[in-house]
Amino acid sequence: MIENFDLSLVNWSRAQFALTAMYHWLFVPLTLGLSFILAFMETIYVRTGDEIWKRITKFWMTLFGINFAIGVATGIILEFEFGTNWSNYSWFVGDIFGAPLAIEGILAFFLESTFIAVMFFGWNKVSRKFHLASTWLVAIGANLSALWILIANAWMENPVGMAFNPDTARNEMNSFREVVFNPVAIDKFTHTVTSGFVLASVFVVGISAWFLIRRREQMLAIKSILTAGIFGLVSSLLVAFTGDTSARTLAKVQPVKFAAMEALYEGRTDAGLTVIGALDDSGERIGEKKVHDVRLKIEIPKLLSIMTTGKGSGYVPGIKDLVNGNPERGILSVQEMMNRGTYARQVLTDYKMAKEIGDTESMTSLAAMFEDRDFVDNYFRYFGYSYFEHPWQVIPSVPVTFYSFRIMVGLGFFFILLFALALWFYRRQSLERNKWFLWLALLSIPLAYLASELGWVVTEMGRQPWIIQNLMPVNVAVSNISTGTVQTTFWLFAVLFTALLIAEVSIMVRQIKTGPKQKEE
Amino acid sequence: MIISLLAGLLVFLMFVQGGQSFIFSLPRNDMQRKMMVNALGRKWEFTFTTLVTFGGTLFASFPLFYATSFGGAYWVWMAILFSFIIQAVAYEYRSKPSNVYGTSLFDTFLFINGSVGPFLIGVVVATFFTGSDFTLDLFNRVTWGSGWHGLEALINPVNLLLGFAVLFLVRVLGLMYLSNTIDDAEMAVIIRKALARNAVPFLIFFLAFVAVILTGKGFMSSPAGEVTMVKYHYLHNLVTNPLTLIFFAGGVVLVLVSLWLALFKNSDKAIWYAGFGTVPVVMALFFMAGYGDTAFYPSTAALQSSLTLENSSSSLFTLRTMMYVSFIIPFVVAYIWYTWRSINRKRINSEEMNGDDHMY
Ligand code: HDD
Ligand code: HEM
Ligand code: HEM
Repeated sequence: MIENFDLSLVNWSRAQFALTAMYHWLFVPLTLGLSFILAFMETIYVRTGDEIWKRITKFWMTLFGINFAIGVATGIILEFEFGTNWSNYSWFVGDIFGAPLAIEGILAFFLESTFIAVMFFGWNKVSRKFHLASTWLVAIGANLSALWILIANAWMENPVGMAFNPDTARNEMNSFREVVFNPVAIDKFTHTVTSGFVLASVFVVGISAWFLIRRREQMLAIKSILTAGIFGLVSSLLVAFTGDTSARTLAKVQPVKFAAMEALYEGRTDAGLTVIGALDDSGERIGEKKVHDVRLKIEIPKLLSIMTTGKGSGYVPGIKDLVNGNPERGILSVQEMMNRGTYARQVLTDYKMAKEIGDTESMTSLAAMFEDRDFVDNYFRYFGYSYFEHPWQVIPSVPVTFYSFRIMVGLGFFFILLFALALWFYRRQSLERNKWFLWLALLSIPLAYLASELGWVVTEMGRQPWIIQNLMPVNVAVSNISTGTVQTTFWLFAVLFTALLIAEVSIMVRQIKTGPKQKEE
Repeated sequence: MIISLLAGLLVFLMFVQGGQSFIFSLPRNDMQRKMMVNALGRKWEFTFTTLVTFGGTLFASFPLFYATSFGGAYWVWMAILFSFIIQAVAYEYRSKPSNVYGTSLFDTFLFINGSVGPFLIGVVVATFFTGSDFTLDLFNRVTWGSGWHGLEALINPVNLLLGFAVLFLVRVLGLMYLSNTIDDAEMAVIIRKALARNAVPFLIFFLAFVAVILTGKGFMSSPAGEVTMVKYHYLHNLVTNPLTLIFFAGGVVLVLVSLWLALFKNSDKAIWYAGFGTVPVVMALFFMAGYGDTAFYPSTAALQSSLTLENSSSSLFTLRTMMYVSFIIPFVVAYIWYTWRSINRKRINSEEMNGDDHMY
């Protein structure tokens, strides 16, 4: 029924979504983190009444505004792209996925956009307290919007809280609580917002370092480094912690992604954690997929087993086990899942047919199957597998996930060190003397963006070929439009967003060079 | 219901777009343009956010519509979206140094968004009455008939009527808002002249559209789900549903009152009447298209593929969840109202523009 899809259409649609999402993500983490940093700074101002803090707050606020505008511009497109480019997906899951999106609008975006107006235009119009409250509400609003969208995203990785309705041929929500308290959602939210905090802190520390290099605005720079340094240090520790919990959850709900991140082909007990490694083609193939060897490996023994199972002797399944099955460990082969999924889909088609010809008797008996636990848990669960032709299709790109993951984690530990150093030099009052550190801080800004984008690459590329884990592969989700159409919009987006990005960076750099306003009203 | 309320609010809030469409024609000098942009700029986020929320609510409540319309009428929606992307950055970037492309390009962005945006939205809403060329298969996958993917709606004159009606309406609203916010004698005169020139086309296009759809054939869907074309169907919907009738008539009266106030009484409060009139009229239009055995997103290619409220909505569970969430809306409206008041207490004048607060 749905197989006759053009692969290039799928790939262009994916490329377009990835492009727009990655652009959106260039701006969002700064919003998430900087909004809190502003709130801290303004709180200090209101507490102490010291005008310098007001100047500091206003300076960073200008940069916040420039970043925010383009974040909004790139966000709106994403929301509608679900409809325009993934219309089958929208239809199949809109019942569940749409709700968090709508709630996001009602709860978070209005909060944010209302109080942002006060934040920018209200300095002389409302009381100090009200202004401060607005700044806090902007920060809370921004992070709430992250919460809801990430709940939606987590649901795609680990679909919960729903049941299939054969009449409408779609999934329907039956527990809002399960959707919200999805373990993946909790990890995702905590990890993602704290990573935004880290990015914003690196941004603030880096730009302040630039002022120090130039010997301008020293007061502002040092005070900013203090604020962002503390915030950054706490957040970067949290990032490492939540990253670790994310990985644990992942090992349970998306074992294939997990194995790909580690380039682990053969399941093992006493598995070690690869800290650094390089992939090499081993010459072996699983279907059409390459098998990679890990060379130049630095490994911490047993750590992977401990992390995933809690025991050094714990078993971690590899890609081969997950694809071919491993009866000893109770792992089904993908072929078996495909068979079961196909059976489930046959039942659905029979049901539709019975309905079409008005055969109520078969209808009732077939409908009853969708209520049957055994059928739902052991057959319908693998519905999505029925779309595959070969078991190896479930393997994502191993090099992409493997390297992206290592770079992200490596940078994560690097940032902890960076903030610790910043605070150390602050205490010794030797920030200005350590030029090398100031340059390092400045150059870390792009690294923070890199880590952040790569995090998403791990998540999203690692879950290929699924758009919804185990239920719907991407090629089934795509809209029925011509490849050329998507190509055209892809290039339109690429050009437009790049042009806007250039303007944004140029304005931003100019504002930084100009520095804060000299006089205070 | 919530959707139509949001739609009504959205049209009202598009006064921002309406105002933007005057960016080149109205102001006589840079200061006036600056005041105008700043007056509008402090509100653009509301409109934008309403649009976003409107989208989200549609997705949650009518996923099939979301999938069908966006995936099918791809190009119209993309055009609308592009016009909003360029708007979002335009305010913040237009007057900043080193903005690479110069103020006038960003002002052009505002103009495009102000004119093309509302026009296309009007056209799309009109297709709720005139139908679109798509079919759905057994698994609800949409196939769009025209390779133009939605742009073909532009050749249907009835759609154009509503497109222009919405465009001129938001222009009128934009002018009323400006006269309410800007404290400048010279501008007040210019605004009033422009108002007269835009109110007339609005009335003509709007009445023409209403006349055509009320007297023409409508897409009726029987309780069993069968869709047929019935003459005077929308007229029937209008007069048999008291709520629709009251909203429609009341709203139209309010809008007329506002025009009278603005044109003949020199009132700068007209925006409130016009705004509170626009909301129920738009709601009534949506009621007419959706309630009372009507297919709200009709297909001209295959009548039976038409979407009705019943066959395209979410499950009861989701709708109920959404309902609980919507209880928060009054609270949201209340804080928006409060902050709006506290920011707008002072009207915008040229002095403030020379101050050094955050400025567009
Ligand atoms: C500044 C950015 C940043 C930094 C320094 C880190 N992360 Fe991260 N990571 C992200 C930014 C990020 C992210 C962009 O926020 C992601 C993408 C999707 C998500 O949920 O968060 C992510 C995803 C992500 C995932 C995948 C989750 C999934 O697939 O659902 C794991 C397992 C980790 N991270 C683990 C870590 C560990 C152990 C780190 C060690 C310090 C770390 N991350 C640092
Ligand atoms: C803003 C941060 C995000 C970034 C940078 C990002 C990045 C990506 C990338 C790189 C892909 C391409 C994978 C591929 O096709 O090979 C992708 C696909 C996708 N992502 Fe994300 N993503 C982000 C957030 C989200 C969120 C929050 C959602 C859902 C709510 C989401 C939903 C999707 C969907 C539907 C696809 C297309 C289907 C697919 O290719 O799997 N993404 N994203
Ligand atoms: C792919 C799924 C996503 C969609 C559909 C989406 C949608 C949107 C939309 C429509 C806006 C503009 C809202 C406005 O009018 O103010 C926006 C802004 C925002 N989004 Fe996203 N978004 C996505 C991914 C994400 C992710 C993954 C995060 C955070 C973890 C995030 C956080 C934010 C924040 C904080 C803002 C407001 C600040 C800013 O614009 O910089 N979004 N998003």
